[in-house]
Amino acid sequence: MLKVAVLLSIGRHPASGRPRRAPLDARALELALRLPGAEIHAVHAGDPAEPVLRDYLGMGLDRLTVLEIPAGSDPVPALVAHLKALSPDLILAGRCAEGGEDSGMLPYLVAQGLGAALLPDVADLSAGEGTATLTQALPRGRRRQAEARFPLVVSVHPAAPEPRQSAFARARRGLVEAVAASAPQDGFIGECEIRPWRPRPKRLRLAAGGSALERLKAATETKSGQGQVLVRPTADEAARAIYEYLVEQRVIGTS
Amino acid sequence: MIATALSSLILATLAAGAVLALQHARRWRAGQPAGVDIVAGLKALPGRYLVDVHHVVARKSFNARFHALTAGGFLASLPLLVLAAVPALRGWLLWGLLALALAVMLGGALMVGYRRRVEKPAELSQGRFKRLPYALLAYAAAFLVVALDQLAGGVLPWPLALAFVLAGAWGGAELILGVGRGPLKHALNGALHLVAHPRPARFHDRAGRDTGLRPADLEAPKLGSERPLDFAWNRLLGFDACVQCGRCEVACPAYAADLPLNPKKLIQDLVTAMDTAADGERRTDASYAGHNHPGRPIGLAQGGAALPLVGPGAMIHPDTLWACTTCRACVQECPMMIEHVDAVIDLRRFQTLELGATPAKAAAVLEELRVTDNPGGKPLARRTDWAVDLNLPLLAEKGQCDVLLWLGDGAFDLRVQRSLRALVGLMRRAGIDFAVLGEEELDSGDVARRLGDEATFQDLARRNIATLSRYRFGRIVTADPHALHVIRNEYPSFGGHWTVTHHTAFLLELVESGKLTLKGPTGGSVTYHDPCYLGRYNGEIEAPRRLLDAIGLQRVEMERSGLRSSCCGGGGGAPLTDVAGKRRIPDVRMDHARATGAERVAVACPTCTLMLEGVVGQRPAVAEISELVLEAVA
Repeated sequence: MLKVAVLLSIGRHPASGRPRRAPLDARALELALRLPGAEIHAVHAGDPAEPVLRDYLGMGLDRLTVLEIPAGSDPVPALVAHLKALSPDLILAGRCAEGGEDSGMLPYLVAQGLGAALLPDVADLSAGEGTATLTQALPRGRRRQAEARFPLVVSVHPAAPEPRQSAFARARRGLVEAVAASAPQDGFIGECEIRPWRPRPKRLRLAAGGSALERLKAATETKSGQGQVLVRPTADEAARAIYEYLVEQRVIGTS
Repeated sequence: MIATALSSLILATLAAGAVLALQHARRWRAGQPAGVDIVAGLKALPGRYLVDVHHVVARKSFNARFHALTAGGFLASLPLLVLAAVPALRGWLLWGLLALALAVMLGGALMVGYRRRVEKPAELSQGRFKRLPYALLAYAAAFLVVALDQLAGGVLPWPLALAFVLAGAWGGAELILGVGRGPLKHALNGALHLVAHPRPARFHDRAGRDTGLRPADLEAPKLGSERPLDFAWNRLLGFDACVQCGRCEVACPAYAADLPLNPKKLIQDLVTAMDTAADGERRTDASYAGHNHPGRPIGLAQGGAALPLVGPGAMIHPDTLWACTTCRACVQECPMMIEHVDAVIDLRRFQTLELGATPAKAAAVLEELRVTDNPGGKPLARRTDWAVDLNLPLLAEKGQCDVLLWLGDGAFDLRVQRSLRALVGLMRRAGIDFAVLGEEELDSGDVARRLGDEATFQDLARRNIATLSRYRFGRIVTADPHALHVIRNEYPSFGGHWTVTHHTAFLLELVESGKLTLKGPTGGSVTYHDPCYLGRYNGEIEAPRRLLDAIGLQRVEMERSGLRSSCCGGGGGAPLTDVAGKRRIPDVRMDHARATGAERVAVACPTCTLMLEGVVGQRPAVAEISELVLEAVA
């Protein structure tokens, strides 16, 4: 029987900052649930008491293994050790978490630890005897078909099918199984300052004349590499730069 | 001899009817237990039948009259026919009374025949129901002849008299055996349903209205109803009381727009499914002889008492379940007081909580609701973005106020923000001491609950109640009838008791008390669209009309208005489940508005505003009542 491990993390809603099932990991689980006859092992490294983990159970899992590691520690060694013992054919994970270091490195590090191949950005897959046929999502909507032999680590792209709804009753009935695990403290993440993301301000560009299409382009297009970069300017310097920019763009007059 | 034949045939039929009825009762007695006060129900039964049921039936006065004549005559004739079994009682008095009762019934039966055979309203079912007028006529006319013959001392030759007895007995058998299986389900099942009604408070002898959904026990082993057997027994009894009169079908906005939902068929689907006794036995809906769910042919659905009700190949297609806007038009029209919306919500609870099968956008919205406490997944601080220049006082800063303005999720929408600005402007003019909750206001839970997500609803309700309990305020005013209904009628089950006033009633108070002065007649014509959650759910249909009259607008009524108004299509999460039909529900409603020729449609609900604003083509303008009032204040 096809043995599939799905690595699940805890996401963070961009508006409320509250924990939720991570959208890409949920997609990874969705892909696993769609594989006919697969034996699914869902794994999370973190706190087994986190209530949001039940959202994954609500998608139709009977149990979820949690490798109990303290917050702020590196989950990779614990995951690699657990997966070595489990030796699944296929390991699925979202290509990037939501709310941690968000480096997107975890699938690669796990693949390296296991000595398994990795195929990134998968939007769809089907499994055969010892191999899987996968569809990779490339930029601009292009797709690439690939075949790969097990064992295989797959990172899941946002273009993968929407995860199914989590049902309250199934979430309540599912089992969270805590397994003790050791994890080294992650020095890097401990030193990071974490603050809410905000959109980068766009350069204002006043466009007059030209065709409607040109004006629309001018209003919506962002070009990089223009303008002047001020690193840690003083308040005066920053204010002067903004003032000059507004004058240049004719937002305010010079008088 | 003729008299003996007559009464023994009737006695035999009554006995057979009783056996059949008992057998039939097993179907609904197999349901889940329910706390029912049978004694109180029995005491209230005559009143409920003669007042509440009559009020519904009498909306068509012709129907009320033929029911009174037919049922009165029939019920009077039965004991007389039984008494005729005693030879000592056979005399002119008995035959005379019997002839009188049967003559009355004959009058009614002729009216029934006229309605079913001449008028032929399209919503009536055929099949067994088609034979009803013949059965009534046979029973009344043939037995009348027999009674008159007996009164005259038996002048007819006995073979002829016996033929009349047999003809009448056929009619009697049709009617009495039809008590269990239809068409005469209202005689027994209907009466028992009134006795054991799951919402006794809706009758005139109690509060007269009971529309809040009942909380579900989230600890229960199974949430919601999957199979007919999962419904409480008195709910099953309610479904089994349906006489397929089709009034719900005529009133249903989804049916009118050719969405795949016919409330009459929905109830009959449930009845057909519960008709099977054995586990796993299947039955199709082929015996149903009324209109189908639009777009879904009859004969494909199949189910049983112990089988799942909802599914693509099951008794009820998911599209049918999710097309309902929970507008309660069917409940309002049902003479058997069936609670269709409760059944829909029970079925939806199973689909959402147990299966995670909420369709289309609805599932994503429920997830956003759980994580962000609003359906759009927006930061809650943005609920008051539209009012940066209005300096809305926050209750957290004031500590207390007279009026807490509940903004609702409409506050995230550009169109609704316009009417909220008008409302705030009016409150400022009237010098009202008010405040808003700002970031602390969460979604009321209305949409989650109608989509069957009782868990999310209860979570939102508890947290809103905890927030509201921290503050002191006189009352809540809201422009959102959905929030109004939930806070007024559904939060009390969770310990939240507040006075909630709809902004139309509140503005009317301000105008009548002189706190708002009007310029005088503004002119122009307007038609008012009643929101379901204000009208049918809360009975408030007067205040908005008086307000429009006070402004001096010329008010014209739509074909359906007041408690019998037609839904805009926005309730019950219907815009999220987005079941396709031939038309859109708001387009149908806008047709009603167009037909009045009014320049504007006045609305009093953010959902109605959005649904009706979404109608394309030539149409009257859509104006929220507070916008109209703002135009008119001096």
